[in-house]
Amino acid sequence: MTDPKTLFEKIWDSHLVDVQGDGTCLLYIDRHLTHEVTTPQPYEGLRQAGRSVRRPDATIAVLDHNVPTDWNEKIDEDSQLQIDTLRRNCAEFGVELYEVDDARNGIVHVIGPEQGFTLPGTIIVCGDSHTATHGAFGALAFGVGTSEVEHVLATQTLIQAPARSMRISVDGDLPAGCSAKDLILAVIAKIGTAGGTGHVIEYAGPAIEALTMEGRMTVSNMTIEAGARAGLVAPDNTTFAYLQGRPRAPKGDLWHQAVSYWKTLPSDKGASYDKEVIIDVSGIVPQVTWGTSPELVAPITSQVPDPADAPTEDARDSWRRAIDYMGLRAGMNMAGIPVDRVFIGSCTNGRIEDIRAAAEVAKGRKVSDGVRAIVVPGSGLVKLQAEEEGLDRILTEAGFEWRSPGCSMCIAMNTDRLEPGERCASTSNRNFEGRQGRQGRTHLVSPAMAAAAAVTGELTDVRGMLP
Amino acid sequence: MENFTRLTAIAAPMDRINIDTDMIIPKQYLRTIKRTGLGSVVFDELRFNVDGTEKSEFVLNQEPYRRSGIIVAGDNFGCGSSREHAPWALLDFGIRCIISTSFADIFYNNCFKNGILPVTVKSDQLKALMADASDRENPELTVDLNIETIIRPNGGRVAFKIDEFRRKCLLEGLDDIGLTLQKQRKIDSFESKQRVNQPWLYLENESN
Ligand code: SF4
Repeated sequence: MTDPKTLFEKIWDSHLVDVQGDGTCLLYIDRHLTHEVTTPQPYEGLRQAGRSVRRPDATIAVLDHNVPTDWNEKIDEDSQLQIDTLRRNCAEFGVELYEVDDARNGIVHVIGPEQGFTLPGTIIVCGDSHTATHGAFGALAFGVGTSEVEHVLATQTLIQAPARSMRISVDGDLPAGCSAKDLILAVIAKIGTAGGTGHVIEYAGPAIEALTMEGRMTVSNMTIEAGARAGLVAPDNTTFAYLQGRPRAPKGDLWHQAVSYWKTLPSDKGASYDKEVIIDVSGIVPQVTWGTSPELVAPITSQVPDPADAPTEDARDSWRRAIDYMGLRAGMNMAGIPVDRVFIGSCTNGRIEDIRAAAEVAKGRKVSDGVRAIVVPGSGLVKLQAEEEGLDRILTEAGFEWRSPGCSMCIAMNTDRLEPGERCASTSNRNFEGRQGRQGRTHLVSPAMAAAAAVTGELTDVRGMLP
Repeated sequence: MENFTRLTAIAAPMDRINIDTDMIIPKQYLRTIKRTGLGSVVFDELRFNVDGTEKSEFVLNQEPYRRSGIIVAGDNFGCGSSREHAPWALLDFGIRCIISTSFADIFYNNCFKNGILPVTVKSDQLKALMADASDRENPELTVDLNIETIIRPNGGRVAFKIDEFRRKCLLEGLDDIGLTLQKQRKIDSFESKQRVNQPWLYLENESN
């Protein structure tokens, strides 16, 4: 009898190329996702050292971080240079690149799963912290720095110290009006943005099993906001059904062979974790952040908290600073805070289900005067599907702008950004100071909540607006 | 990569928690294709007004901290995005060492790849070092990686621990990729085994 293992341990152990005396591991990397912003320096490094890309077949490149989401818009020179540099590097090193007008292009963490490039049991990396998204498939997926991108390109491996494991069991049924976004925000509220530091989190329990793949990706995506290295969900029939028939997923005999392997991946009974957290979501209310860190989050039915109630002195300072930056007052109701902008998109909430949720709320309503609302599909394929379903028309008739795929206002590297002082209800993942534009103010919410804010002009409890 | 053995430098106190990578280097500077030149904009929004003038209250705009080589900061330093531009910008400014009670994982990793030493200390130790750094008359700390010790201005010592492999690479300024490529044979044999056990992971098989 072997010791019971967790999903994380199974993946880790099956990727060991070498273990050094001090316990540091050389891990094999199955899949490498790349984009324009974190690749110029690594390719330059390869060129200088006369090295090549070890497995171009295990690498794909997209253009997402700074491409305009309005194709008529002129792109700035620096961004253009990064894009051209990636084109040149991909051609020189033999890596497949999805061009801007290719329907397969889009946000790196949306297209990996969509293409079936993301598979259970694999190790996936990308020079972007939200690589954790792919953990929804039972893949160990984490963001790496630029030097590590070069390391992976050259060697298809990475040097890593073992992580600790943590299981978050989510019980209860998600109430109507609450989505995977509210679930993960509630988890972060509970454990804090450093709650997962040094850990790989496995999400388990009935509320996670009940989620669609889109929902699981939203949850896994924000794992990094809880400080953890990666998030994982055990692969099951929902996972297999999503993957079957995807362009890069295995076919025929190989598919069956793969599925039988994937079925061995879930954690064994009796496997132990370094840390366990149990959360019941049956009583949660739609969540909205009020501060400049994702843990500064509260139910829409509550008030902006008073820094005097903060648990520690450090927290008191950071709450005070956050409330000040956000232009709020302690004690004011969250519902009713007026917004200037609404952003629906990003690798957290830019998938078809998210756009459906927004359209459901927008249908037959109008974006409030003075509010500018944009919807940015996560990929060309999401965009096409939404158009087939008529969602784009519902949204544009309501006064939303319907854009082309990209990271857009999640990172605000192009003109999709807030002006100083503007307040935004955003479905993205970070509300840091300046994240959506210098002096911009971000409230993280679900797609339905974002749409509700757009049509009412203020943060609103969407539960009162659903059919 | 420049090696790190022993550093004596001015330490800048940054007494706040969760200093994230957007604060260290805002995204408009990620549109570079180089690693150098970011020191002039490190901590951009904390350091400069919209019109480009300096914010006098920010520590790196004050004497003697303009010449800092060390930062002493609150908990969870470097959280947020994976951008390696953050350590590049710090390094380009002249920061070779950061001391905090905890670091975000990716940032911590990135430091070692760029010859920066991140040192984790306990919270009472951080308090003492923060006080040392805040003393404008004598804010110099010495950080010795050989003996894994910080030497305070009053001669007091704070021990720290860095894992062995990272310590060795930093002490000798070793390039990770070169080291890994020496293990080429192990990588080859891993791949041939995986190709047999999980053939669906190899594209030439997937397309048939
Ligand atoms: S959408 Fe935002 S978080 Fe996601 S990859 Fe793009 S910039 Fe990163």
